[in-house]
Amino acid sequence: MGLLEVKDLGISFGGLRAVDDFHMTIEQGQLYGLIGPNGAGKTTVFNLLTGVYKPTDGYILLDGENITGKKTIEINQHGVARTFQNIRLFGELTVLDNVKVGLHNHHKYSTLAGILRLPKYYKVEKEMDAIAMDLLKVFELDGEADYKASNLPYGKQRKLEIARALATDPKLLLLDEPAAGMNPNETQELMNTIRFVRDKFQMTILLIEHDMRLVSGICEELTVLNFGQILAQGETSAVLNDPKVITAYLGE
Amino acid sequence: MRQMKTRVWSKNTRSNLITYGIVIAAYLVVEVMMRAGMISSLLKGLLVPLCMYVILAVSLNLTVGILGELSLGHAGFMCVGAFSSAVFSKCMLEAVPAGGVRFFLAILVGAAFAALFGILVGIPVLRLKGDYLAIVTLAFGEIIKNIVNVIFLGRDSRGFHISTKDAFSLNLEADGEMIINGPQGITGTPQNSSFFIGIILILITLFIVINLVNSRTGRAIMAIRDNRIAAESVGINITKYKLLAFTVSASLAGVAGVLYAHNLSTLAATPKNFGYNMSIMILVFVVLGGIGNIRGSIIAAVVLTLLPEMLRSLNDYRMLIYAVVLIVTMIFTSSPGGRAFRERYSLKLLFGGKNQAKEGE
Amino acid sequence: MMGFISYLVNGISLGSVYAIIALGYTMVYGIAKMLNFAHGDVIMIGGFVVFTTVSGMGLPPMIGILISVVACTVLGVVIERIAYKPLRGASKLAVLITAIGVSYFLQNVALLIYGANTKSFTSVVTIPPLSLAGGSLIISGETMVTITACIVIMIVLTSFIKYSKSGRAMLAVSEDSGAAQLMGVNVNATIALTFAIGSALAAIAGVLLCSSYPSLTPYTGAMPGIKAFVAAVFGGIGSIPGAFIGGILLGVIEILGKAYISSQLADAIVFAVLIVVLLVKPTGLLGRQIQEKV
Repeated sequence: MGLLEVKDLGISFGGLRAVDDFHMTIEQGQLYGLIGPNGAGKTTVFNLLTGVYKPTDGYILLDGENITGKKTIEINQHGVARTFQNIRLFGELTVLDNVKVGLHNHHKYSTLAGILRLPKYYKVEKEMDAIAMDLLKVFELDGEADYKASNLPYGKQRKLEIARALATDPKLLLLDEPAAGMNPNETQELMNTIRFVRDKFQMTILLIEHDMRLVSGICEELTVLNFGQILAQGETSAVLNDPKVITAYLGE
Repeated sequence: MRQMKTRVWSKNTRSNLITYGIVIAAYLVVEVMMRAGMISSLLKGLLVPLCMYVILAVSLNLTVGILGELSLGHAGFMCVGAFSSAVFSKCMLEAVPAGGVRFFLAILVGAAFAALFGILVGIPVLRLKGDYLAIVTLAFGEIIKNIVNVIFLGRDSRGFHISTKDAFSLNLEADGEMIINGPQGITGTPQNSSFFIGIILILITLFIVINLVNSRTGRAIMAIRDNRIAAESVGINITKYKLLAFTVSASLAGVAGVLYAHNLSTLAATPKNFGYNMSIMILVFVVLGGIGNIRGSIIAAVVLTLLPEMLRSLNDYRMLIYAVVLIVTMIFTSSPGGRAFRERYSLKLLFGGKNQAKEGE
Repeated sequence: MMGFISYLVNGISLGSVYAIIALGYTMVYGIAKMLNFAHGDVIMIGGFVVFTTVSGMGLPPMIGILISVVACTVLGVVIERIAYKPLRGASKLAVLITAIGVSYFLQNVALLIYGANTKSFTSVVTIPPLSLAGGSLIISGETMVTITACIVIMIVLTSFIKYSKSGRAMLAVSEDSGAAQLMGVNVNATIALTFAIGSALAAIAGVLLCSSYPSLTPYTGAMPGIKAFVAAVFGGIGSIPGAFIGGILLGVIEILGKAYISSQLADAIVFAVLIVVLLVKPTGLLGRQIQEKV
């Protein structure tokens, strides 16, 4: 039984069947890719997995627990964290604070303790600073810890989003087009980072990507979506050589 | 790494200490000038209102700047604080003869009632967005003002009597006492407010707001402001923190109302003191002081309250000048052209907040 | 029963004024995406221009109204050009505060010229009242003119937007000003035109309002302005039929509330209805719901 089990998942918007009969199993520690042409429904799958949309059919099991139809924050607390296709940082907060927001639910003190500056405040804040700085170091962002997040260059913003997601201590990390807008060098570097994150945190990662080099370089298994339905699924090289997949990408 | 953290931390702390310092210094300067007889009676009369405006501006900044929601009903919460505390003080005149203790309790009562209304208003309102939220807060403010105007409350040996019609329908006994007399409001509230207490309340307000902002809770609130969807994705409870910020803000506005109520012998809700115009005036302080900039709110509240008074010699033209100053300042600080001009000459503005008029979304 | 009908007619009349003002609000919001807080004060200026020209200078009412409409149109365009245009692309809040500044400005100009004392406005309507049901229901000339004016304005405005080139440009700008610009629409001219139309309507609303409620002060426009704003939001801000429906409903609720519940609480009732409507339909009766895409 995998860390993530998805069965018969589907959603309709009005009459439009955006995702239909979607299923996947991701094992603990796997690096899994979700690919497909534009508009195939990849981000919709992410939105279903993270509770942004409620599925019309099917169910989602995380680590044996049913998380189908739960709210976004509950799903996060169950251990799913994500990044976004169009970067969503807390732009006016510092880089460090962005990560500390991610630590919110694991390092707590009450609002009153914060206002009255009770000893607990200093203790927990210190813990949070240390953990957040460690995370930033992984992504080589520690030098920019007190920059405003919106002032970071694009590539670093993408990394900060991953760091923030990791701060919520997830079991499963969803990355929505992490290499979008990056040049080949940056992509290469990102691939190394993703691999490093997987190894260091024993993280299970599901990513959406267009960059075939990144996908074939790091993903162990793939699911290909086309028009909301699974076109192919399985081991990366086998899927990429599947004639149906080639047709879908390159046309007849 | 450790050095850097300390730097981040101490930069914030220093800035906050400066803010407290400015308030205390202002108090000392005014006290000395007052002793030396250098302050006109006109200005003396303005001291408590000034403190009230500062508290209102700082507390509204929590909603507008930190939470990022546009509220046009702040005066409504001030109204709740004023009336609840004035009723309390009037009823407790004999039960708690010590003025200081009674006023302290009155402040708690005003804050608590305003917080309660903050929750009641906040639950429906915070589901809305942007301009819709703004107009509904305005609506709530007006409703509160209107309702206060039709309350008749009296007390006699049989207990409290309340009516929404007129004073006669209370059927008070001969020894009965009117507490709220409809549109005439409350008369005879003990005048416990003073400049010193106003300053103390400003410091407490600053302490609450600044410490709240620089805590786990404050980060969650600002995260919601900057990106609601991302905040949800990292497990932040949106409703809880929005409501919390809104309620604290309302409660502090209530404290300002307590100060107001105990500074006058007659308290009545008029469009001027508790209407949307007041809410808008406080919003002007917050925006000109720099959205999210606490110190800016204080300075703007003081300068913009004193400005019309300073211009008193210009008589009829002073409000006209005020209006022009407002328009010109906004164009100068917020327009793309004005920004370019400022950057070219690297001007430090009078009200230069670090993120001038950032859109609160 | 006749009492009720009479209140209802008065409500529709007041609502018609709100609707005309709300049209200006809603058009400006739809196109410039700003809350023009000074809109209510343009109404007041419109009223004062008629007061000066008709009561002061003795010109015929129609000429006075015409001058008022022209003056307000010019005023609206000038305000837009001087105060709002430089702030295009600035934050919403900055524009809001500027609009508040403009509102203060107009009020204080009027205060300087006319003083704070209430001026009694002579109605420009000379049509005799209509007596129905054997005299138990009397409809004043002002009421008839106001309701007729509102209906005519609605029809003309809707056809203008639907069929004229400038009207369709307005629709395009309100939909997506960037795309409209790329398609060759002159966005600045369109926004100016919107302000011109909105202000002309405000002048008419001012005359109608002052004819029915014949007192005029520099603050006359403020509360009707806010109410019309509420009406626009109520109907779904940005929607022209919404402003019409919102305005009429608001007027009716206000007058009926005053008559049957409490005259002091009439405003509170109006605002409470707005709150209830927005809680059920967060973007107003005819407003469009926009979902943020994740």
